[in-house]
Amino acid sequence: MLELKQIYYSVPQKNSDKRKYILSDINLQFPDGTTTVITGHNGSGKSTLVKLLMGIEKPESGKILFNGEDVTDKNVTERAKEGFTIAFQQPVRFKGITVKNLIDMASKKNCCPKDACEFLSAVGLCAVDYIGRPVDDTLSGGELKRIELAVALAKGGSVFLLDEPEAGIDLWSFDELVKLFDALKDKTLIIVSHQNRILEAADRIIVLNSSEKPLCGTRDEILPQISSGEGYCCKIRNNN
Amino acid sequence: MDKTDIELLEKIAGLHSIPEGSFNIRKNGERLAGNSTSEIEIVPKTDKSGIDVIVKAGVVNKSVHIPVILTAGNFHDTAYNDFYIGEGADVTIVAGCGIHNPAKGTAEHDGIHTFHLSKNSRVKYVERHYARGNGESRQVFDPVTTVYLDEGAYLEMDTTQMGGVTYTERKTYAEVGNGAKLIVKEKLFTENEEKAISDFCVVLKGKNSSADIVSRSVARDKSVQEFRSDMRGENECFGHVECDGILLDGARIISTPKIDAASPDASLVHEAAVGKIAGEQLVKLMSLGLTETEAEEAVIKGFLN
Repeated sequence: MLELKQIYYSVPQKNSDKRKYILSDINLQFPDGTTTVITGHNGSGKSTLVKLLMGIEKPESGKILFNGEDVTDKNVTERAKEGFTIAFQQPVRFKGITVKNLIDMASKKNCCPKDACEFLSAVGLCAVDYIGRPVDDTLSGGELKRIELAVALAKGGSVFLLDEPEAGIDLWSFDELVKLFDALKDKTLIIVSHQNRILEAADRIIVLNSSEKPLCGTRDEILPQISSGEGYCCKIRNNN
Repeated sequence: MDKTDIELLEKIAGLHSIPEGSFNIRKNGERLAGNSTSEIEIVPKTDKSGIDVIVKAGVVNKSVHIPVILTAGNFHDTAYNDFYIGEGADVTIVAGCGIHNPAKGTAEHDGIHTFHLSKNSRVKYVERHYARGNGESRQVFDPVTTVYLDEGAYLEMDTTQMGGVTYTERKTYAEVGNGAKLIVKEKLFTENEEKAISDFCVVLKGKNSSADIVSRSVARDKSVQEFRSDMRGENECFGHVECDGILLDGARIISTPKIDAASPDASLVHEAAVGKIAGEQLVKLMSLGLTETEAEEAVIKGFLN
């Protein structure tokens, strides 16, 4: 079980001494073996929440508990070693580091093409074509996004944080992406997304809203509210 | 050859034993071993120290190794090597120098190389510089490379300085003829209080000539690097110069570009970026379980790969 208790996170406001709260009094639970989709309007704190879970950002106050252990002060490396795995919304590009290098670093072994194929084919890429490619600006945004997911699979772990995994991979059928989520069903899977197809694949849905407490419940409880505009859409309107 | 010689040769030229075909191994200013073939002739110079490497026209898929090792301290070695590549030939030349300096003084090797590439010939030139001292010694390389590319010729220069070099000043001058192409991939690593200067002057003389000079460097501790490039387009041509530098600790990198479109049909580009390792690159690798130091090393290794 992954838990957030009374999490607060703020950023400095431009031309002011005041701080803007991105997350206020966030209390959430992510049970083992469940798929949770986090959605919400732009700036509602979805990516921030993922970064807090991964240890990239630190909360101003509050606690993050993983299987009862307080991991709030653990850094990115320590969380990665605890089993936290992230696929970033905007994957970073390198100069000279290849797809194989990243997969090797993630899996902690010298992968043969067959090993790499397992991860790359799961995201619709042919290992032979990609394993030696540098992870630089010669890759398209969609290719980079798929490689990011393949590297996350290669790393493995018990908590997967996927920040808008569908972004930029329009041509890749959603069925394949949903299949990938299915393969991670026994993990704690946390996905940031706005896509209906992905929301439909969730066990639980969290709607973040920076001015109110998050809306949280099972897919069947939350989806009708989002679709009818009672929840998500209303909140977007209220925020505009 | 002793153990040190073998270690240095492996480091700079990937050699585990005496190579086949044409080769020339130079140690402390003398020819240690060598072989000349009818296709690639190696002729020691008589007026000064060095060799002529003559590749016959039409010779393809052959390679020649000409490594240099310096194991004597307080020694200044200058080698004048000229390469004559025949029409239509296609060869790989593996050069480089390894210095092991056990003394307190300076060990210096200056390779003065001139390449003459005939019409439609192709050369891949690989050169590694590596040195190790004892903390009080100086290891110096001051190579001078002059390149003449005839019509349709192609030269790819992969040069790497791996570390331990107290001071280097590399000068490269190239004249590129009609339809000829020069590719340079330079990799430079400096640390401690080392200094490295790389100075390129490329003249794109011929119609449809081109040059692509890419320098990637990593400077750590208090080391200083200077990258200077001067590219002149005298015809319808394309030239690109790129200097990418990673700075660590208190190091300094100076990049000075000059592009001169002497012809209205010349197209010349210069790019330079110097700075610390991007924070998000470190975070990505740390999210795979690497420590910050390991992530930094992985970025540098990839960058200089």
